[in-house]
Amino acid sequence: MIRYSTISALALIASLGAAKAQTTVEWWHAMGGELGAKLEEVAQNFNDSQDEFRVMPSYKGTYPETMTAAIAAFRANQQPAIVQVFEVGTGTMMAAEGAIVPVHQLMEEYGDGFDPSIFLPQVVGYYTDTNGNMLSMPFNSSTPILYYNKTVFEAAGLDPEQPPRTWQELEQMSRQIMESGAAPCGFTSQWVSWIQTENFSAWHNQPIGTGENGFAGLDSRLTLNGPAQVRHWGNLKQWADEGLFRYGGPVGGDNAPPAFYAQECVIYMASSAARAGVIANTEAFDLGFGMLPYYDDIEGAPQNSIIGGATLWVLSGKSDDEYRAVAAFFDYLTQPEVQADWAEATGYLPITQAAYDLSAERGFYADNPGAETPIQQITLNEPTENSKGLRFGNYVQIRGIIDEEFEQMLSGAKDAQAALDSVVARGNDLIEQFQAQNQ
Amino acid sequence: MKRTIFNSQLLPWLLLAPQLAITFIFFLWPAAQAIRQSFLRQDAFGIRTTFVGFENFQRLLNSPEYLNSLQVTAVFAVSVTLLSMGFALILAVAVDRMIRSSRIYTTALVWPYAVAPAVAGILWWFIFNPTVGIMPYVLGQLGYNWNHISNPGDAMTLVVIASAWKQISYNFLFFLAGLQAIPNSLREAAAIDGAGPVRRFFDITFPLLSPTTFFLLVVNIVYAMFDTFAVIDTTTRGGPAQATNILVYKVYFDGFVGQNMGSSAAQSVFLMLIVTVLTVIQFRFIEKKVAY
Repeated sequence: MIRYSTISALALIASLGAAKAQTTVEWWHAMGGELGAKLEEVAQNFNDSQDEFRVMPSYKGTYPETMTAAIAAFRANQQPAIVQVFEVGTGTMMAAEGAIVPVHQLMEEYGDGFDPSIFLPQVVGYYTDTNGNMLSMPFNSSTPILYYNKTVFEAAGLDPEQPPRTWQELEQMSRQIMESGAAPCGFTSQWVSWIQTENFSAWHNQPIGTGENGFAGLDSRLTLNGPAQVRHWGNLKQWADEGLFRYGGPVGGDNAPPAFYAQECVIYMASSAARAGVIANTEAFDLGFGMLPYYDDIEGAPQNSIIGGATLWVLSGKSDDEYRAVAAFFDYLTQPEVQADWAEATGYLPITQAAYDLSAERGFYADNPGAETPIQQITLNEPTENSKGLRFGNYVQIRGIIDEEFEQMLSGAKDAQAALDSVVARGNDLIEQFQAQNQ
Repeated sequence: MKRTIFNSQLLPWLLLAPQLAITFIFFLWPAAQAIRQSFLRQDAFGIRTTFVGFENFQRLLNSPEYLNSLQVTAVFAVSVTLLSMGFALILAVAVDRMIRSSRIYTTALVWPYAVAPAVAGILWWFIFNPTVGIMPYVLGQLGYNWNHISNPGDAMTLVVIASAWKQISYNFLFFLAGLQAIPNSLREAAAIDGAGPVRRFFDITFPLLSPTTFFLLVVNIVYAMFDTFAVIDTTTRGGPAQATNILVYKVYFDGFVGQNMGSSAAQSVFLMLIVTVLTVIQFRFIEKKVAY
């Protein structure tokens, strides 16, 4: 007994000695549950791969909570070196010159050899400045795809191997499903803001705002109330009234997944990162995958979908050693094996071409139907200035406004045009305030 | 009452110090910060700060969302107060009449008070969940299509029920204590004079309960306005379309989610004014008007 404790005491002292020589950096993140466990594993593998640097991940709650925590910590001079921020926080982070260290700058200064061309442009494009410089390191990116219930498709007399390609087909199929009595609802969706508004616009090559959807600068404004968006929202309202479409609730739409899992709604639009969860909850029926539907009479559709998820931002005020540690960690993250493992385990998109190729080589996409759909969808065409992504300040609140106005439309208080006009007016008011705060 | 005389000036201050420190650190200091922040415009990270005078307040008073939030808060506070006090009074009167079983009922009725607001919110969220909840199923059988996700009325009903349910226990305890303090002889005398139970309640019991009622009125309004954050956050998050976005929730959302510190601070200042007014009413107006 005594001998054991002597040995462990010695081991402890040895490890303390080792830890002292190491540079430790903190990484605040928002991944709970299985994703969090996988994230810890990535950090642990990095720590084990060398003994100079140590990355210490700590879970800080939801995306907004993590971002708020990092901002509060920055104001108190206690910020972590790395923080995971969701895509709609990009505008806020980017405008905070002096609070962040752009990733391209960090990698050039502290990394050894940084080649921005290894990344998939559709993924990193969302997080670059107008000169194409990467501002943050994409970590977990996803894009919405379509899931459907093949079993009910068959019961309704539809071809189970043929998901709807267009909104016209989707409407017609939903009608057939309801009329045949195979299910009480046609389709549902997560995220009205992200999927049915932002991605809808990119997918149809329609602008979300001026100035390349906000990429050009703080004076950009929303223009979401175009004819295509008005038409789509109007249709959703009509389909909701007829029962073809079921609204899943604000933000992520918490009530959409149970409606799909319980076989009440037959078609479901959701993040590609939800794939593992969807598979686990749909063992009772055959699951199919497809791309997002489009209106075939809108020119330019389908273009490419845009991503969501989060990236890693580097905060300022740290020592050179710490930045060297961050650069080494980011280098590690972009290695094909690391990246492919992460993407395969989580359902997020690989961020480099090499990782994508590696997964294909290993036969991952062949063995896992639907896993390649999101990548095919974001890489369907070269992104245009309408489909690169979007970047506006105060966008977390603007997403809330999109939900609210959508709800107003559903309750019949406004028509689609008035609701989207109101999104633009209220959103631009917030964007103006943001511009004033940051100039 | 015994009057204590301190020999030195220092000791009383020392004894007061912990409480004063707490008041200063947790109440006065943050309040001063909020007032300062309400006159500033600042980016999220606090890098650029501009003094903007009353602009944050002006924006709020011109904002339809803020006026809506005021209205929602008024409806919410009044509904929660009436519902929780009404139910509590009925239960207290019922338990007051019991002789042997009153202790068991009292214990059972006080239980919900031990439930944290967030847990209460989740509980009711499950019960009323449109897809998996029991209540929408029952209401559906009765021909009502419950959906608090898109129907503002349903959403308000849900948060009112969830908030009031928790507060019934508290009100019940005070009402019961109030009822038991009323001498039985008064009610017996009225009964001998031929007054029925309803008449006795409204002419004797209820007026004698008025100190308790007024006290609870203020406590409940304060509870509904300031302590129901967790219920809102776990059930509706202020939706749909801001139908349940009470003032406290809006402060949180604009400040912590939206990172708009100036506006959030200005809203906090308005809330401080509301609390001050409520406190003054409680001490000046109500305490004098109530017959003890």
